[in-house]
Amino acid sequence: MKILVPVKRVIDYNVKPRVKADGSGVDLANVKMSMNPFDEIAVEEAIRLKEAGKADEIVAVSIGPAKAQETLRTALAMGADRAILIETDDDVEPLGVAKILKAIAEEEKPGIVMLGKQAIDDDSNQTGQMLAALMGRPQGTFANTVEVDGDSVTVKREVDGGLETVKLTMPAIVTTDLRLNEPRYASLPNIMKAKKKPLDTKAPSDYGVDIAPRLKTTNVSEPPVRQAGDKVEDVDALVAKLKSLGVA
Amino acid sequence: MKTLVLVEHDNSEMKDATLAAVTAAGKLGEVHLLVAGSNCRAVAEQAAKIAGVGKVHIADDSAYENSLAENVAPLVADLMGHHDAFVSPATTTGKNIAPRVAAMLDVMQISDILSVEGEKTFTRPIYAGNAIATVESSDEKLVITVRGTAFDKAEAEGGSAEIEEVSGPGDAGISSFVSSEIAEGGDRPELTSASIIVSGGRALKDGETFEEIIMPLADKLGAGVGASRAAVDAGYVPNDYQVGQTGKIVAPDVYFAIGISGAIQHLAGMKDSKTIIAINKDEDAPIFQVADIGLVADLFKAVPELTEKL
Ligand SMILES: Cc1cc2nc3c(=O)[nH]c(=O)nc-3n(C[C@H](O)[C@H](O)[C@H](O)COP(=O)(O)OP(=O)(O)OC[C@H]3O[C@@H](n4cnc5c(N)ncnc54)[C@H](O)[C@@H]3O)c2cc1C
Ligand SMILES: Nc1ncnc2c1ncn2[C@@H]1O[C@H](COP(=O)(O)O)[C@@H](O)[C@H]1O
Repeated sequence: MKILVPVKRVIDYNVKPRVKADGSGVDLANVKMSMNPFDEIAVEEAIRLKEAGKADEIVAVSIGPAKAQETLRTALAMGADRAILIETDDDVEPLGVAKILKAIAEEEKPGIVMLGKQAIDDDSNQTGQMLAALMGRPQGTFANTVEVDGDSVTVKREVDGGLETVKLTMPAIVTTDLRLNEPRYASLPNIMKAKKKPLDTKAPSDYGVDIAPRLKTTNVSEPPVRQAGDKVEDVDALVAKLKSLGVA
Repeated sequence: MKTLVLVEHDNSEMKDATLAAVTAAGKLGEVHLLVAGSNCRAVAEQAAKIAGVGKVHIADDSAYENSLAENVAPLVADLMGHHDAFVSPATTTGKNIAPRVAAMLDVMQISDILSVEGEKTFTRPIYAGNAIATVESSDEKLVITVRGTAFDKAEAEGGSAEIEEVSGPGDAGISSFVSSEIAEGGDRPELTSASIIVSGGRALKDGETFEEIIMPLADKLGAGVGASRAAVDAGYVPNDYQVGQTGKIVAPDVYFAIGISGAIQHLAGMKDSKTIIAINKDEDAPIFQVADIGLVADLFKAVPELTEKL
């Protein structure tokens, strides 16, 4: 079975995003970029399935600028077998990404497409569900545990009240949550080896799908800033404050 | 505009998250509700009482019992033949179903809206809430999820909407529900509707210590209990306690952050709380930059003392 893993190049999660003064977006010039953390978890899970003998090939895909090659190389260094970059400098919305991924899935015929549940830049939490709809396949979103058994995959999901388990007929779409695994670091020898692994570059037009944006961002602004309040000396002072607030 | 709001429920009771979505939908136009479930008549009757609701659609079928997206999305897509917008609370159920509906309708979803600015214009948080985007849709139909803390709750009583039975394609036959481990909340208020929340972080050491230190304070205040990702990852508390960018978004009257450093991903989930109280032994912890009241102290001494003195 093949696993397709879409990975997105995003602002590093340790960087505090700054809004541009002209309201046109977030300033990404000279900002550290990394693989979306949920996608690292997806790559890791695919590798573990391969190591367990449940999968035989892992293909990483990214839709983004030329620099997204670095993100794909990271996936290859972690253990993916080959990579496809769909190169574009335009921002492609989740619906457009899902359409491209569907076209790739039709070529590659993966048993599982493993995505992150959410990209930490747009915070959309949509692409996996959209891909599942377009392919007419089942979805195991917010995965906490993934078990492949024959032609079905059982996914334990992180939901608002706790955990829920669903069983999906493959091919299936899975999106990862934080507790699924702890991604490995790529070792130096593996980083070197990754440079020789195949990385294909394509253009969105190769897939003949409509990825024109549907949403227009007219403004990006800073949220209201909270002012730091006062520090209190001790617990008694805190109790007094709480009483004045009407708490307790 | 005619909107269709997904009612969040467990087949016997409607969940509060529905009410904020109704308020958001009301800003767009006429509000219709969808109760998709199994033996869920009681939910529809409850939903019909929400003020401002024009009609309640009920789809009562075992295929909808566990809100499987594969089964519910086609039902919604059918109903969208005569609605202009699909609105769902940004709960895990809504986040699971709505994008599937959007793709079926060839519409780009607008996730987690904070406000309605115009017929097709909304604000939504991006980058862990460090930026607010104003977005305008060019799609004919809208698919929207609603951040619960950003809208007032609609009145749960006062309406008397008509209930209409609908049916959909039923079981898509590609997925099935196996089991769930849903914790019984007991007497503790649910996180997203609690007016006071006590949250603990990595500093709490382990599950037992979390229980010993955080729970008595929460009990004394009648508070809900939350946690940072670090506390959840380390297994002190279950996953659904996580507050943050990728967990639950809360905005209680009072939020206690205890032994939590204040990473941007955590702040994203709680910085709209009315009053934030932080207890941390590191006076430079970033949480103090957003806290209204800060106490620099060892939580293992300060919290039991606080519980005692309240
Ligand atoms: C993709 C992604 C998504 C994420 N989503 C979330 C999310 O939704 N929610 C979330 O919370 N995090 C999230 N995180 C994690 C986030 O980046 C932080 O790692 C996390 O919030 C840290 O948790 P913490 O504050 O409990 O731990 P730490 O950062 O380790 O802080 C512990 C704090 O306790 C204090 N302390 C230690 N001992 C004591 C004591 N005895 N008395 C008083 N204070 C003490 C320390 O001074 C420190 O400030 C996410 C990260 C990523 C990459
Ligand atoms: N441009 C992209 N390239 C590759 N994968 C993507 C891209 N955008 C989104 N994804 C995948 O979709 C997931 C969810 O993204 P989103 O729906 O934008 O929150 C991510 O974690 C990725 O796995």
